[in-house]
Amino acid sequence: MMKQLIVLSGKGGTGKTSVTAAFAHLAAGGRLAGQVVIADADVDAANLELVLQPQVLETQPFQGGQVAVIDQDTCLVCGGCADVCRFDAIIERDGQYLVDPIACDGCAACVYQCPTESIHMEPQVAGKSYVSESRYGPLYHANLDPGQENSGKLVTLVKQRARLRALDDDRQLVLVDGPPGIGCPVIAAASGADLALIVAEPTAAGVHDMQRVLGTLRHFGVPALVCINKADIYPEGAAAIETSCRADGVATVGRIPFDATVATAMVAGEAVTAFRPEAPASLAIAAVWERVLASLEAPT
Amino acid sequence: MKLVISIAGDNLQSPFDARFGRAAAFCLVDSDTGAWTAHANPALEAAGGAGVQAAQFVAGLGARAVVSGAYGPKAYASLSAAGIAMHLAPGNAPRTAADVLAQFQAGELSQAQAATQEGRH
Amino acid sequence: MRIVVASGKGGTGKTTVATSLALVGGESVRCLDCDVEAPNAALFLHPVLDRRQEVGIPLPRVDTALCTHCGKCAEVCQYHAIAVLGQTTLVFPELCHGCGSCTRLCPEGAITEHLHVTGVLEGGITADGLEFARGLMHVGEPMAVPVIRELKRWPPLRRPALEIWDAPPGASCPVVETLRGADFALLVTEPTPFGLHDLKQVVGIARELKIPAGVVVNRDGIGDQAVDAYCADQGLPILLRIPMERRIAEGLARGRSLLETAPDYRPAFQALLAAIQDRVNAEYAP
Repeated sequence: MMKQLIVLSGKGGTGKTSVTAAFAHLAAGGRLAGQVVIADADVDAANLELVLQPQVLETQPFQGGQVAVIDQDTCLVCGGCADVCRFDAIIERDGQYLVDPIACDGCAACVYQCPTESIHMEPQVAGKSYVSESRYGPLYHANLDPGQENSGKLVTLVKQRARLRALDDDRQLVLVDGPPGIGCPVIAAASGADLALIVAEPTAAGVHDMQRVLGTLRHFGVPALVCINKADIYPEGAAAIETSCRADGVATVGRIPFDATVATAMVAGEAVTAFRPEAPASLAIAAVWERVLASLEAPT
Repeated sequence: MKLVISIAGDNLQSPFDARFGRAAAFCLVDSDTGAWTAHANPALEAAGGAGVQAAQFVAGLGARAVVSGAYGPKAYASLSAAGIAMHLAPGNAPRTAADVLAQFQAGELSQAQAATQEGRH
Repeated sequence: MRIVVASGKGGTGKTTVATSLALVGGESVRCLDCDVEAPNAALFLHPVLDRRQEVGIPLPRVDTALCTHCGKCAEVCQYHAIAVLGQTTLVFPELCHGCGSCTRLCPEGAITEHLHVTGVLEGGITADGLEFARGLMHVGEPMAVPVIRELKRWPPLRRPALEIWDAPPGASCPVVETLRGADFALLVTEPTPFGLHDLKQVVGIARELKIPAGVVVNRDGIGDQAVDAYCADQGLPILLRIPMERRIAEGLARGRSLLETAPDYRPAFQALLAAIQDRVNAEYAP
């Protein structure tokens, strides 16, 4: 039965993408060979492709939201549009009213307000989505153009495509690299997941954010496991995470040491477990992977 | 009575689509006569609230019941408000809308008592 | 003057740099933590958070006695947040952007708006006498931007000469909202392919908003030279390099700010602040 695993963190920079890439490599070399579809749900800062070296097969423009456009020829310059705009997106300059496309939320209040019907909404191309083939399996990813609204629509699109591909090909696992934070991109990425792995770091900031993302996952009913990356930077912090997770009924599935090999592998454009399988981080990630797999395969 | 079945295609022989809010299309069937029409789902590309939009669409078609695989909380709230009975065709076995219609007519389908899944964005 | 510290990639050291800058800025500094999904600056500045304000989105509420189910509200709503099904008008708070159209356009005047709380603003004075404020979005809420917007509008206690704002990671709408109105964008990156890729995204935003930018390379030495080459190519000044140092990482892990662990960095941050101020003053010189 097809399952979805998402890798999240709360705090940025804990190692989600490095761990996801390693999982993709380990899966391709183990009993899930040929059984995985990979998705990069961090469409804002899509980094997985940098270590999976995919070949892009299909590119599609992504229509994001819509932006208001004022027809200056029929505009009466009454200012009614600026009065109703709650997003500070309509400004008056040199006797004209103009829409700031960055600030515009696409609500169309101005369209309804305009007495001469001089405003219309235009769809915006907000990015691109891709279907690629990577060395470890099909990869579904996307790039949101800088500054665009990350409402979850593009994330949902990427995940749906990955999911449908897994169903069509009869593959067992969709492996999703998640975004940082706890808002709509994370909610969109995590919805429908059978299991979430949180990559935590044992720092004051990391623990704080881990708890926020755990709360979010609980809110949406997604079961979670926690692993601790760069654990040796603060071993007491790592132990504290393990204790608090145990108290909350959340299983911890391993510690990964800080290892300069991760950055070196990244520069080489490879997953750390492929680059140097005997590196301390690689061995630790492999152990975490076995535990995650066991959880995924356990009867629900 | 008018029944809607979520499908991945454009006719009664198309595969059943277990998604409601983001189903590819809906097949509107008269469960007494078997007459049917197919309609593309306008909510497919919605940023959020696909379930709401799909429910509005299905209500606008005059459906009194719908068969799908699962209903998110917003879809459930919307369909309930519209008084549309929500039936479930559970399981993963591939089947066509015609198969699902037969199951409905034979009284084999259960009704959803609550949203059957967490909201999908 | 308002300096916004952003990055693109998460975990590069925005909060580390923002809090260090705030600590060398002198008496009249206000530090704002705009990463409302996962705010961390307070962990290093230790403010006494005695100001508090709930914030959120103006959410429509329908008076069923007046509602005729005409469907106008559903027709104008671009987000499918209000829908008329059968004889019921439903509102979905998590989809609502608070634009006010349904309320304004209901022909029966049946809709009023009420605050749907999605977060809280907190503020106070830090251990070093700086003013601090942050937004904290409630778990389960999808939209950070409305909370950030309210945080930006929250009146300060004092009139600060210098504002240092810690932005969220990424390069989408929460970052744009935080950056809009800044005098300078200080972009913190790490010298790795992920760092570079995401730096380019946020440089794109700074350019579109026409905000002068400079770069801090944090954890210098762990990756390669590609970030340096990109900055040189783009005419982006690298204003500070912080080499990878385990003692700093260990200090941060334990909640000790960079300047607490490594006071030898004070002059470097003072120089960074001066360099930014020079650039901003030059930018806006008559």
